[in-house]
This record gives sequence, C-alpha cells and structure tokens, in this order.
Amino acid sequence: MATLEVEGIQKSFGGVQAVRGVSFAVEPGEMLALIGPNGAGKSTCFNMLNGQLRPDAGRVRLQGRDITGLKPREVWRLGVGRTFQITATFGSMTVRENVQMALLSHHRRLGQLWRPVARMDAAEADALLARLGMAGQAGRPCGILAYGDLKRVELAIALANQPALLLMDEPTAGMAPQERVSLMALTAGIARERGIAVLFTEHDMDVVFSHADRILVLDRGALIAEGAPQAVRNDPRVREVYLGSGATSGH
Amino acid sequence: MASGLTVIFGVSRIVNFAHGSLYMLGAYLAWTLVTSLPRGHLGFWGGVLGAALAVGVIGLVVEMLLLRRIYRAPELFQLLATFGVVLVVQDLALLTWGAQDLLGPRAPGLRGSVEILGLRFPLYELFLIVVGPVVLGLLLLLFHRTRWGTLVRAATQDREMVGALGVNQRMLFTSVFFLGSVLAGLGGALQLPRESVNLHMDLAIITEAFVVVVVGGLGSLSGAALAALLIGELHAFGILVFPKITLVLVFLVMAVVLVVRPHGLRGKPQPAAHGVAAAEPMIGAAPPALKLAGAVALLLAVALPPFLGDYALTVLTEIAICILFAASLHLIMGPGGMASFGHAAYFGLGAYGAALAATWLGVPMLGGLAMAPVLAGIFGVVFGWFCVRLSGVYSAMLTLAFAQIAWSVAFQWVELTGGDNGILGVWPDGWAAPKLAYYYLALALCLGGTLLLRRVVHAPFGYALRAQRDSALRAEAIGIDAFRIRWWGFTLAAIAAGVAGGLFAYGKGSVFPTYLAIPRSVDALLMVLLGGVQTLSGPIVGAIAYAGLQERLMRLLEYWRLVLGAVIILLVLFFPQGLAGAARFFWERRHGDA
Amino acid sequence: MLKVSGLSAHYGRAHILEEVALEVAAGEVVVLLGRNGAGKSTTMKAIMGLVPPSAGRVEFDGAEITGREPFEIARRGLGYVPEERRIFTELTVLENLEVGRRPAPPGATPWTPARLFELFPSLGRMQDRPGGRMSGGEQQMLTIARTLMGNPRLILLDEPSEGLAPVVVERMAEAIVTLKASGLGILLSEQNLHFARGVSDRATIIEKGRIRWSGTIPALLEAEEVREQYLSV
Repeated sequence: MATLEVEGIQKSFGGVQAVRGVSFAVEPGEMLALIGPNGAGKSTCFNMLNGQLRPDAGRVRLQGRDITGLKPREVWRLGVGRTFQITATFGSMTVRENVQMALLSHHRRLGQLWRPVARMDAAEADALLARLGMAGQAGRPCGILAYGDLKRVELAIALANQPALLLMDEPTAGMAPQERVSLMALTAGIARERGIAVLFTEHDMDVVFSHADRILVLDRGALIAEGAPQAVRNDPRVREVYLGSGATSGH
Repeated sequence: MASGLTVIFGVSRIVNFAHGSLYMLGAYLAWTLVTSLPRGHLGFWGGVLGAALAVGVIGLVVEMLLLRRIYRAPELFQLLATFGVVLVVQDLALLTWGAQDLLGPRAPGLRGSVEILGLRFPLYELFLIVVGPVVLGLLLLLFHRTRWGTLVRAATQDREMVGALGVNQRMLFTSVFFLGSVLAGLGGALQLPRESVNLHMDLAIITEAFVVVVVGGLGSLSGAALAALLIGELHAFGILVFPKITLVLVFLVMAVVLVVRPHGLRGKPQPAAHGVAAAEPMIGAAPPALKLAGAVALLLAVALPPFLGDYALTVLTEIAICILFAASLHLIMGPGGMASFGHAAYFGLGAYGAALAATWLGVPMLGGLAMAPVLAGIFGVVFGWFCVRLSGVYSAMLTLAFAQIAWSVAFQWVELTGGDNGILGVWPDGWAAPKLAYYYLALALCLGGTLLLRRVVHAPFGYALRAQRDSALRAEAIGIDAFRIRWWGFTLAAIAAGVAGGLFAYGKGSVFPTYLAIPRSVDALLMVLLGGVQTLSGPIVGAIAYAGLQERLMRLLEYWRLVLGAVIILLVLFFPQGLAGAARFFWERRHGDA
Repeated sequence: MLKVSGLSAHYGRAHILEEVALEVAAGEVVVLLGRNGAGKSTTMKAIMGLVPPSAGRVEFDGAEITGREPFEIARRGLGYVPEERRIFTELTVLENLEVGRRPAPPGATPWTPARLFELFPSLGRMQDRPGGRMSGGEQQMLTIARTLMGNPRLILLDEPSEGLAPVVVERMAEAIVTLKASGLGILLSEQNLHFARGVSDRATIIEKGRIRWSGTIPALLEAEEVREQYLSV
C-alpha cells in the first residue's frame, strides 16, 4: 500500500484556482520531488497535505486512513514529519531540548507540571541526534547554530515521532552546494533504512536530479508531467514552463 | 464618538495609551476655552476646534520628544513609555483642573431633542451619530485615494523599506501622529455637551478603542470603521435604554464577534512577524552564587521578622505578595511570550473573591483565601480564552480592556461591591491576626507559589509554553496545541495572582476597586520589566525593588503618578533594553575588552 | 559611481563586515558572490544606511554618503532591492509602485508603470492584485519595479534568483541585461554562479565579512581553486 495517496485535491483563493485536481501517491522509502514554477501551487499542495489548508475538494489518505482537513498537529500525530523552507526551531532551547519537545509531545507528556524536562527522554533524543551527526552539538542553544546544522536539527525533530511520511519544503534552500548534497544523501539513507516516504519541493535541479526517485511537475495548479528524472528532464513542456534552456541552472 | 482615533490606531498600528490622555486633554481644554470665550456659536465651536488643534500640537511635541526616540525599542517598552505619559498627564490635569467633574455647556443650536419611535433623542446625540461616519468616510478617502495615505499604509507594514525607497518616514509618522492627536482632541472636545469631564476619561476611551480595533479586525481600516460605528451606536442607544450595563453590552458584542470570526469582522489572520526575532535567551539552572544569595535572603526573611515592628512587618508582607504577583505575570510574559496590561484584574478578583466570601457568606479566612484563586481562575479561563487567541500588543490590548471592564463592574455595582467605598472589615482569623503570624502565612504561601511556578517552567508544560513562543509554526508541527497551552498558562497565572490578591485583602482588611485598576497592572509590569523578563529571579528582584520604591513615593508625595510616570519615561528613554539589559551591556563592556 | 572603502560593521561585539572595498561604474554589473551568511546582504545594508557602519567610507557620485539616513541615500539615486523582497502585501501592484515613485533626475526618461510593465509583462496583467497574493517570482519582479520607480542611477540587487524557478531566473537575467544596457549600474549579490556569470562584468568574493578575491568573470572562471575554496562548486 502506498504511504500517501492524494486524490484530486483542489483549492482556490478568492476565485483563483491555485490547485486544480492533483492526484499522486508516494511509496514507502521513495524520494518524490515536487517541482514547478513559483506560483504553480506547490506550497498550496504541500499545505493541504499536512493540514495547514483544507482542500475544497479531493481526498488525502495516509496509510489508507483519510486525513483530509485534519489540523497540522493531528496529521503529525498520525505520522507525518515536516521541515520548513525557513527553519523553524525553538531558539531558546538546546538542540537536545528541541528534539526532546517532539519526543515529549509524541509520548503525550507535555501537560506535566512537575518533573523537570532535563530528565525526560534525553537518551532517545541523543540517539536521534547521533544518527544525524549532531551528537557533538546536543548541548548548544539552537539560536546560535549555523544554518546547515539547523536543517539537521529540524530533520531530527521531524523524525522524532517515527513518521511514515516526511514532508520537506525546499530542504536545501539557503545552503552551500556541498552541504546540500550531504543533507539529501543523509535523508535518502534514513528514508530507505526506515521505509519512510519522502515528498520534497526544491529549486536546485542538482539536488532534484541526483536524489529524487521520481519527479512530479506542477504548473498553474495542475500536474503536467510525472516520472523518472531523465524522462522529466527531456520533457519539452517541462523545459518550456520550468527548466528553461538551462543557461542559468547549469543543465 | 472616538472613531477617528480608532481608525488612526488601526492603520498606523502605533499602539499608544497616550491617545486616551490626548482625548481627555481635548475635553478639558475645550471646557476651558468654551467657558472662557464669549457664549454663542463662535465661542462653542471655536473652542472645540481650538482644543482639537491644541491637542494636535501637544501630540506633536510628545511624538518628537519621546516616541521618536524609542521606535527601535521593543514594542512593550514603547507601550510602557506611553503609559508613563498617561500617568504624567493625569496628575497634570489633576493639578490644573482639580479632581471634581466639570460640566460643559450645551451646544448652541442643538439643545433640543426629537422623538423617534417613541424614544426621545437629544439633537446633539444625533449630530454626533452623523459626524462619526462623515469623519470616517473622509479618513477612508484620505488613506485610499491619496499618495500620503498609500505611503502611510505601506509604512505601517514595513517602515524601514519605505525609508529605503526614499520616503522620509519619520516626517510621515509625525504627520500621522498629528492627525491622530487632532482627532483624539476633537473626539474629547465633542463629548463636552454630553457628559462631564473627568479624570477617568483617558483609560475609558482607550479600552473602548482597543475593543473596537479587536472587533473590527487588526489592521483593517474598513473593519475598524465598521466596529467603531457598531460600538458607537451601541453606546448611543445603550445609554438611553440600559444605561447601567453598556460596558457589559460592549463586552458581549466583542465575545460574539470573536467567537464567530476569530480575527475580527474584517480582519485576516496576522501574518507571521517579518524576519526572525532575536532568539530568547535560554533558561537554565540558577548559578551557585545566586542560589546562595537566595538562601541567605530566605533565611533572613524567616529569622529576622520577630525582631521587627508592625510597620516593617506590613511592608514585608506586601513585598512577599508582590513577589508572587510579579512571578505570576512573569509566567505569561517570559516563557509564555504574551504581554498582559491587565494582570491586576486577577489580583483584584482574588481580593474581591476573598472579601465577598468573608462578608456575604461569612466563611472563615482560610475559606476566603481558597475562594480567591477560584474566582480569579474562573475569570482567567473566560478572559484568557479571548486574550490568548491574539498575539503581541493586540493581546496586551485585550487584557487591558478586560481589566478595565472588571474595574468598572467593581466600581459601578455598588450593591455588591460597595463601589468606590470598597468592602471593609476583611480581617484574618484570630490565630493569624498578629502581624507576625500573618507575615509567616503570606511568606509561606507566596514563596511556595513562586517556587511552584518555577518548577512548572522547568517541567514539560513550561517548555511547551516556550516552544509556542519561540516558533508557533514548529510547535503546531510537532503536535503542540499552542492555543490550549497558552490558555492554561494564562489561567495558571491568574490563579497565582488570585492567591496574592486574597492575601493582600486580608492583610489590608479591606478591598477597593483600585486593586484591579490599571495602575496596579502597570506595577506588576514594571516589577517584571525592572528585574528582566529573561530570568526567573528577575521578577523576584524587581518586586522587592519596586515595592520598596513605590511605598516610599506614595508616602512622601501627593503627586506620585507624576513622578512614577516620569521615572518610567526616563527608564525607557535611557535603558531601552530594560535594567537587566543595561546591566548585561555594562557587564559585557567591562569584561569584553579583557 | 559607487565607491566603497574600508567598510566595517559590528553586531554586538562580533565583526560582521571587515574593511570591505568595491566599486561599481555606470552601466556596469558587479556581482558579490559568497555563501549564506558571508556578509553579502550586510554589505548592501551598510551601503544603504540600514546597518550602521562602524568604519569606512561609502561614496556615491563623488559625495560621501556613509551612515546617512536611508531615505537621503535613496533620494541621491541609489536603489535597494532587498533579498526578502519586502513587498507591501496589503497594497496593490500599482500602489506598491506608487510608494517607490520619485522624480527622475533632469534629462532622464522617468520610469512609469507602463514602461515597467513592458519590462515585466506579467505584472501588467495583475495591476490591482494585492502584493500578498502574488507568487515568489512575481513579487521579485515587483520589488525590482518598485525600486526602479524611484529612477535610481545604481541599484543594489540582493539575491534576485533565490528560490525562483529556473525559467523565471532566465527572465530575470534578461531584465538585468536590459537595465544594464540603459546605463544603470548594478551591484548584484548571488550564490548562483551560473546566473551571475551570464549577466555580470566583474565579480567580488566575500567570506566571513571580508573580501577574498576580486576580478573579471573570465578570470574567475579560470581560477578553479578560488571557486572551490570559497564557493564550493
């Protein structure tokens, strides 16, 4: 069974159709890239999957279960991790505490008023951080971390509830080229090892073509192409609306 | 009708308590001008316009001398500075015009009344009902059809960018402020024939303006206009039909609107703050030196009092109460990231809870002390539900509006609360009657409560509060219900403040409406800000320092508001990062070059 | 036309810029290359007076403008296009342009909305749309158009290709070439070397707030070790 199944989702804002009937599926362990021009509806699509927006029509199913229109925190409880285009972490806490928050929330212990956080779920948090190569930074405050490291912290937070699906909105935006490659290689490794389905948007074509198993191309709210990287790259319509001649992107 | 003021407020988003003072000054100045100018049309209307212009000039001076210097300070400090202006103006008005209400003349030509649907409407009320929408319409045109209006709307969103596009945004805001001040003055002056001029006008109108902005929808001009009309008409008709409960009516309207449309009539969800705010500092375990100092202080607080006189014991009891009060506010301001300008409401409700239980139900002291947090908690749950849906200054505005409503109920519901005369004879039971015994009781409860709050901050709940403050987006994405966390945090703070209020009531033996009035809320704010929002020990230190200072001031000076206001303004001008920030700055400079 | 020398800036006690020096002539495009956080945006903000410089000198058209108010600098003919775009989301496209409008210097043909819609045709199709309801690419065009309404003689263009689809980046490159041909000086900041090499005359590499390398684009393409060390490509 596919991890995520999307069936004909639609959304309009003030009469403008932002997403018009998009359908696709993501398999366990698969890296699926969603690309397209700005304003094509990628973010809207994304936000409908994790519950920030409610689709006007269509269905979203996670492991067979209908999650259409649930709130983000409910979607998260059902096993969807998320990273943001601009990293969102808790700046007043250490790296470890950030991960602990996600673990505590996962174990539904956030209402507790008495036991100090310092003694809760710390070992589990450290194990996750070690997997992401962040063990040495566990005690540092998130507010002073380098951008690339913050992206890793976000990934650790997103993995804390053992998600079936990972949604990554422009995971490598604002990173240096070499950091991009290593972050995506790490993500792909974890996804395959744990059978996590990964859906990501991205503008860096190097990242997309070297890490995606499959690519969806969105234009004006509709899917115009879908398939393996090589086929999508040679698709004349994709070249026209999105890739261009390749002069400014190196392809 | 203060609609103009509200519109400026909604558009420029300059949140400003001083607008209320300008409104009050408009009324007072109009009274002076109208009563000293020759009678007749020229005297009245000339006086009204003259007052409006004079207020505009006063606003200009305030903006250039004060506000302009603090635009870069944190928003909360700006609000605090304008509150300093309110205090100063109140005492200046008291000095100039005295404490009694002043009655103005009727407007010439509009003295009569007409009958509509069996109700008698004074002509002047009808005149105001017409003037309001006309002024609003003109403002809407001004903001949407002129280059000046376009620039103002752009600058409201991003001042710096407007400056980088070659617009002198400083002059622009000064002009907005002038217009807003003129309108505030005009609004005040036009009230002259309707009601007496008094010293409560400033906070009353500010409360109303805040409610209007929240009801209308943040940053929505048309929404603010609509809400101003709605609330204005509600007042105009409400006064004729149900004169006593207009405030409650307004509150109910706001409740209904916010339930149906959480972002106000025409409001949109607030966009996420531009850019990344500076990371809040971490909260860690107290350093050993601080722990030692705390232990020594505690030891002194326990060991010394048997050797002190009654007066010193009273002061110490009050300080203990202040510590819990400040610590409760700190919970929502520090870890919670919400500002409250009406925290005294819960303190006062606690006091009234205890006093009402004692006088009407005749329960013994411990029962009264138990009632205090119950009543405060109930209102914390209700008011909190509204306040925590909004963020930043808008939430702060709403807390202030609720506190003002609670105050006016306590003030006006004479049958239950004794109104201005308060409730007397709330004395502790026999065993706690000696000052020393009561001091130990207060110390135990307050320190216990404060330590409990501290424990909460280190527990998952406290972390969740900080999490939603640091990044609402991320909090929601890991399953944290930010609304509920904030709501319970708010309620917890209300309960703690209620305990402090109950103790205060028994300590004083009486309860007055001033317990829940705005100045007391500002006391709490000052304690927290003085000590520093960043640290857990901050509010404790702040409470001790501030309670001592204020005690002195009130004993020595009749016009303590003037002095306090001036102190606040100076603090904000010279220490825009707060005392704690200033201390850190000096410390870093001393140690940094080494 | 723009001459920066010894420009330094601090944030708290940390140096964020150290003795930055660069020059841009009329009709020339100079690209400031560097990683995220290298100091590209800060350099532009310090030139524009949005970040107070702690030392150094900024000259524009022979007059010193160091540390002046941003609005005064803008009125002298220096335009600033921020990386975050900072569109006025509640204002329409036309209103956004109106905020940027300033009189043209004598002799120059002033920019008008109509002329700008020729340069960015997609904006012309959405004149009354609020800025908040536009896509990233459209917002990027609007923020450039808004700055051009002030009839600047030189613009600071901060990462215009960031987060844009390749095809939109190509259109942006065409617009920059058109503007350059009209005599406008441009200081561009970029991470995307493919984009920068197509539109720029000279390059300056910044890393940790210091200038590490300056030269022409062909020289940069020759210097493989420079690219590897500072740009990791």
